Amino acid sequence: MLLADKQATLGPITRSPGYWTTVWRRFRRDPVAMFALLVILAIIVVAILAPYIAPQDPYKGMSLRRLKPPGTPGFILGTDELGRDMLSRLIYGARLSLFMGVTPVIFALVIGSVIGIVAGYVGGWLNTVLMRTIDVFFAFPSVLLAIALSGALGAGITNGLVSLTVVFVPPIARVAESVTTSVRTRDFVEAARASGASALTIIRVQVLGNVLGPIFVYAMSLIAVSMILASGLSFLGLGVKPPEPEWGLMLNTLRTAIYTQPLLCALPGLMIFVTSISFNLLTDGLRSAMDIKA
Amino acid sequence: MLIYIAKRIVYTLPIMLGVTLVCFALVHLAPGDPLIAVLPPDASEQMKQQLMVLYGFDRPYHEQFLRWIWRAVQGDLGGSIATNRPVATEVFKAVGNTLMLSAVATFIGFALGTFFGFVAGYFRDTVIDKSASFLSVVGVSVPHYWLGMVLVIIFSATLGWLPATGAGPGGSDAWAWDWAHVRHIVLPAITMSVIPMGIIARTVRALVAEILSQEFIAGLRAKGLSEFGVFKHVVKNTAPTALAVMGIQLGYLLGGSILIETVFSWPGTGGLLNAAIFQRDLPLLQGTILVLAMFFVILNLIVDVVQTLLDPRIQRS
Amino acid sequence: MTAPLLEVDTLVKHFPIASGLLGRSGGVVRAVDGISFKLAAGETLGIVGESGCGKSTTARLLMHLITPSSGTVRFEGKTVGTRELPYKEFLRQVQMVFQDSYASLNPRLTVEESIAFAPTVHGVSRSEAISRARSLLDRVGLEPQRFAGRYPHELSGGQRQRINIARALALQPRILILDEAVSALDKSVEAQVLNLLLDLKDEFGLTYIFISHDLEVVRFIASRVLVMYLGKVAEVGPTEDLYTASRHPYTTALLGSLLSMDPDKRTDKAPLAGDPPNPISPPPGCRFHTRCVFAEGVCKSVAPGLAGVSATHEAACHMVIPGSGHSKAEGRAA
Ligand SMILES: Nc1ncnc2c1ncn2[C@@H]1O[C@H](COP(=O)(O)OP(=O)(O)OP(=O)(O)O)[C@@H](O)[C@H]1O
Ligand code: SF4
Ligand SMILES: [Mg+2]
Repeated sequence: MLLADKQATLGPITRSPGYWTTVWRRFRRDPVAMFALLVILAIIVVAILAPYIAPQDPYKGMSLRRLKPPGTPGFILGTDELGRDMLSRLIYGARLSLFMGVTPVIFALVIGSVIGIVAGYVGGWLNTVLMRTIDVFFAFPSVLLAIALSGALGAGITNGLVSLTVVFVPPIARVAESVTTSVRTRDFVEAARASGASALTIIRVQVLGNVLGPIFVYAMSLIAVSMILASGLSFLGLGVKPPEPEWGLMLNTLRTAIYTQPLLCALPGLMIFVTSISFNLLTDGLRSAMDIKA
Repeated sequence: MLIYIAKRIVYTLPIMLGVTLVCFALVHLAPGDPLIAVLPPDASEQMKQQLMVLYGFDRPYHEQFLRWIWRAVQGDLGGSIATNRPVATEVFKAVGNTLMLSAVATFIGFALGTFFGFVAGYFRDTVIDKSASFLSVVGVSVPHYWLGMVLVIIFSATLGWLPATGAGPGGSDAWAWDWAHVRHIVLPAITMSVIPMGIIARTVRALVAEILSQEFIAGLRAKGLSEFGVFKHVVKNTAPTALAVMGIQLGYLLGGSILIETVFSWPGTGGLLNAAIFQRDLPLLQGTILVLAMFFVILNLIVDVVQTLLDPRIQRS
Repeated sequence: MTAPLLEVDTLVKHFPIASGLLGRSGGVVRAVDGISFKLAAGETLGIVGESGCGKSTTARLLMHLITPSSGTVRFEGKTVGTRELPYKEFLRQVQMVFQDSYASLNPRLTVEESIAFAPTVHGVSRSEAISRARSLLDRVGLEPQRFAGRYPHELSGGQRQRINIARALALQPRILILDEAVSALDKSVEAQVLNLLLDLKDEFGLTYIFISHDLEVVRFIASRVLVMYLGKVAEVGPTEDLYTASRHPYTTALLGSLLSMDPDKRTDKAPLAGDPPNPISPPPGCRFHTRCVFAEGVCKSVAPGLAGVSATHEAACHMVIPGSGHSKAEGRAA
């Protein structure tokens, strides 16, 4: 074929960097966002390697050494109300706290995207039914809804995850619906329909690439909220149950020591704060990195 | 305009119906026996049946639902299983306390948020802007129940300036506008104000920055309009949105106060929810959530309508 | 004239108007209100008319992007959308190029991915589709090595429209609908793309439906022209007949507004005054009577059908219908 000859003489196809490559290049130049990313990665690494890093058994307590202040030899960050090593519990706590904060957003991202993209692409009465149902959940402030659901379901990790997922599906679905609706009416989707492609193919090839970015960033911005809410549930005695190490629950059980060991009490909350602000800064950086033409 | 408002009101009705459905479903979502709170462990089957009939739990769901709504519309939210007192009375007493706390917090958040937002928007991309913006990120990132504890540690435990718990001296929950009572609201209100502060600051900053970057502002300045005149213009154009955000934030605080109320033992809906959850008092849980959600829906409606009336830029048809 | 490749029979599209508390007010926009025409293989049919007369709606109806309220389309005698010829099969034969070159390309796909999409939908393997895409790029005058791996925002309007043309050709269609395909381009680029279209037409044996509001471009490219007014066909005939001896006052007025811009050619033809009436409640009788200088009593009550002026030229005006009752018509009222 003529074309093959031509390619041989003219050399290979020049490729432009793709959208996500460009986003990453821009993101890398944002020091605040990069720092936030490093903090989050560090927390994740700590969570994964907890058994190797933690100096003590996080479950083993001793009544003799209860509520030791930070700086006690052998217990750098002190001990909790049952005499368990604070540092080890904080390290192990990263596992459950991250898990409880991030998992519901991932579940909600999947469920909410499907609902929103289908509603947005199909439109018509299906859109009306789905989005009006979603609206009902918007009538509950998110904290109230989370507490109401896990209050009714009872404490426990699974119930906590379910409640938080239910809380985050509606906002993600709403964002997914609105970006999909705006993409659906663009000419390139019309052109794809004019080629006789099925709705599923068009969503997969033409729509997803344009909507997943914004939906993903929005879901990222919910992780901070989710971290605070998930730990909040445990703080109330819903969510994670003792004796598991989890930052919100630790905050709860240490509350009695607020007058005797104030510094100790504040530590688990500090961890929640650091994680959640890192996620917020990361999201802000990503959002502005994504704010590019095309 | 009137048509829009009418439409908006009509549109709220199905949402309210949905909200009642969700609240109703909560009870039936709950695992275990709804009577668990009152039944002695050794209750006989017969006694259990009697109580089921008494509370209406033996009827089909739709009948229970309709009865519940019908009574709720008349202001009767049933009886608390744990205390036997009417749920409505308990809820309204608690809502009063929560409303006051949330309103004070919203006010503080609004005042600080608009201030930071204005400063950041005016001095865009300067250090001042960066700090104000960072402060607003802190506001939305801080676990407020923890912030409450930190404030207690500083101002109660260490300095001893302010009380850490309750809404009045001696744990009384009768409110009065005297220093003895006001001292109690300072810490919880400041704690609670942090989130609306962050959100309002972000919103206001974006609005102010956008208005100031418009070309015709430069034109006005060139024509000799005083900085005060420009400022007035900016205020006029940010106010409707800022107020709307404030209204919605009040709703969020009302519904989300439980965590802070727990920290400060504030006698509001949070305490009620706590009690309801841990005593498995489902009618109380259901009633409290229904009232709070309805508050939120109505508040949203009011905010929307007021904003439409205030803001000539919003053309809704 | 050869046997028609495409036959459009009283195609109608009424859009419901959404408003009021319950969504529907019952009113409709009569965007396309019963248009019929035939398309012969190898010709270029120009469609002209003022903004809002229903040109794009007609194109979208043909592409089945919207479902018609009524009417049929036949391709080579087979009714489209029946078992004889399912839409998906029909769409292999008819493709479209949109006006907005940027909006009609997916910003997240490379040029070659955009072009290769349609063939893969129709069962062509991915590698085969990609090599087809590259050879098409070559045919529309864009070096594959330079352009295949780029994204739409990196290209100029003219380059993008060439890509859109390549994309439309990827299914090897017989008919290409060009809806204002060159209108957004600079004059010089427009000329290049028009020449490309002429070359491609010969090379691939294409038939064009060329929609435009630019009467000069239409005169250059079209062999036949169809004039639309408020969702109906006003006049249709060979390009030169229409441009030199139009028989519908609307066509005459359109051409008048074109010529009046050129002082040398200014004629005494009536210019077109005012805006077209609202397609929600078009005027009764002849739809053009509110703006027509020849309007008479009959025009206000009776809608004129298309009547033959010659074997190939038709106009929907009472003045060309013998015995219509218009004072300028031949014969007397029946
Ligand atoms: N989806 C729709 N819903 C309601 N009305 C529509 C819709 N699409 C088009 N219309 C209306 O149908 C009429 C014809 O529109 P169309 O786009 O076909 O005009 P056009 O001849 O292509 O005009 P232009 O030259 O401006 O492109 C217009 O009055 C338009 O407002
Ligand atoms: S039918 Fe009458 S109104 Fe219509 S174009 Fe002919 S003369 Fe004019
Ligand atoms: Mg058009």
